[in-house]
Amino acid sequence: MAITEVKQTSPSQAAASSAGQQFQIEAKTLDLFYGDFQALHGINLDISQKQITALIGPSGCGKSTFLRTLNRMNDLVKGVSIKGEVRIGGENIYDKNVNVVELRKKVGMVFQKPNPFPMSIFDNIAYGPRAHGIKKKSQLTEIVERSLRQAALWEEVKDRLHSSALGLSGGQQQRLCIARVLAVEPEIVLMDEPTSALDPLATLKVEELVNELKQSYTIVIVTHNMQQAARISDITSFFLNGKIVETDVTSKIFTNPTHKQTEDYITGKFG
Amino acid sequence: MNNVARNQKIAFTCLSVLGLLTVCILIYIIGYIVSQGLHMISWEFLTTKPRKMGSEGGIYPAIVGTVYLVLTTMIIATPIGVGAAIYLNEYTSRGKITSMIRFATEALAGIPSIVFGLFGFAFFVILLKPVTGGWSILSASLTGVTMVLPTIVRTAEEALKAVPDSLREGSLALGTTKWQTIKGLILPTAMPGIITGIILSIGRVVGETAAFLLTLGGTILIPQSLFDGSRTLSLHLYMVAMETGAMDVAFGTAAVLIVLILVINITASWFFRRLVKRFS
Repeated sequence: MAITEVKQTSPSQAAASSAGQQFQIEAKTLDLFYGDFQALHGINLDISQKQITALIGPSGCGKSTFLRTLNRMNDLVKGVSIKGEVRIGGENIYDKNVNVVELRKKVGMVFQKPNPFPMSIFDNIAYGPRAHGIKKKSQLTEIVERSLRQAALWEEVKDRLHSSALGLSGGQQQRLCIARVLAVEPEIVLMDEPTSALDPLATLKVEELVNELKQSYTIVIVTHNMQQAARISDITSFFLNGKIVETDVTSKIFTNPTHKQTEDYITGKFG
Repeated sequence: MNNVARNQKIAFTCLSVLGLLTVCILIYIIGYIVSQGLHMISWEFLTTKPRKMGSEGGIYPAIVGTVYLVLTTMIIATPIGVGAAIYLNEYTSRGKITSMIRFATEALAGIPSIVFGLFGFAFFVILLKPVTGGWSILSASLTGVTMVLPTIVRTAEEALKAVPDSLREGSLALGTTKWQTIKGLILPTAMPGIITGIILSIGRVVGETAAFLLTLGGTILIPQSLFDGSRTLSLHLYMVAMETGAMDVAFGTAAVLIVLILVINITASWFFRRLVKRFS
């Protein structure tokens, strides 16, 4: 199938590094604490541009927590402290003088449960651009159409742009949320189990979309669903108890993992 | 078994009788007042000045006074109350200071209105006379503000609390500032709930008598500015009934008041239903 081909032809992480290409995201010995509880232990992970990196692992392994360090959403949680660094485009995003608002424009996020705003479809998409100072109606209209097309939602909603986004189905709502992120023109899109609240058909649509988006965006996706990781990602990283067990090309992880723990997890011995 | 079934039946009957009784009392009161006062209500009654201390003529100055007082009170109280609610819900975590502020707002809500009136009289009417003009719409409005603030803060806070955190996260993740998120998303989402609180507060001001008896002055003249004294419909009702004994004018005024309060409450519940719908 087409999706398998993409997986096989994609450049491996090793190839990217030997070509001297800089990684877009580099986490270095990252520790994260919720109060006294250490949720992440010395995470090292390099993520290449325009690839899909999947983070897998059992519940509570720290994969979502790690994802949320990449756009500093953990800042919103009380009592979180972080050691180590995360470099995005070479810059440590935990530096004191980093502007978090600018960072989040560059690193968009799609959440587990679709969270459309209680306003029209148009206003949902235009929300980000408006907040960033775009006022011209014609420009906004253009952005809304482009983003909805990118998110493969345009044909379904073009006749009801001004009706409430809450009237959309779950799958449509999630694609709307993806379009809303794309409207801000991020470089990186983080996805936190984006299909866990969706039915299989809607899941398939979102997966196709994610695969399409790889052309223009770097995507990091947390998923509970191993088939999903196998289907769509180029690189897979396996998390367990707040540590990374191994990171490798997805096909290798799922056919010939290096570590026993990874094999046990992907074959369903635990998790 | 038979006993249990019988008790159940007795309890059900008693409770439904009590329920019906409540509705009957309410309908009787409203029906009585409206039937006594309705024949008084005419275009002339609503638009002309009272004569002979209010025992004859219309209630126009009281309508003007009510409108002025409600507007002034709400224009002052709304930004303060909503601002405080935003501060409490969006900018502070649940700590000692916020629980103290919450306790204070709740305690304030339980104080009898005549006490607010006495405070308003001593503070706004006498102490601040050079600023407020003594007995005036301004003095009464400021007193009204202290009375309705707890309601506005509490309802606005509840409305803000009902906005799910997933929306805040979704907005912040788009690279918006906290203030942009509050202004562009949280406040509009919570607006029906906030408006419900404002409308309930308007109802409180329209219905209040004791506090304004001590602060509004009660003159029968049409107020020319905020610094003039005035009277509201409730106050007019009290004064006409107590001072002139013109019960027909009093019932006419009461009928106008009841219609007004009903309209306000129906509007409030309409907004509330919209709020509930938004989150279901």
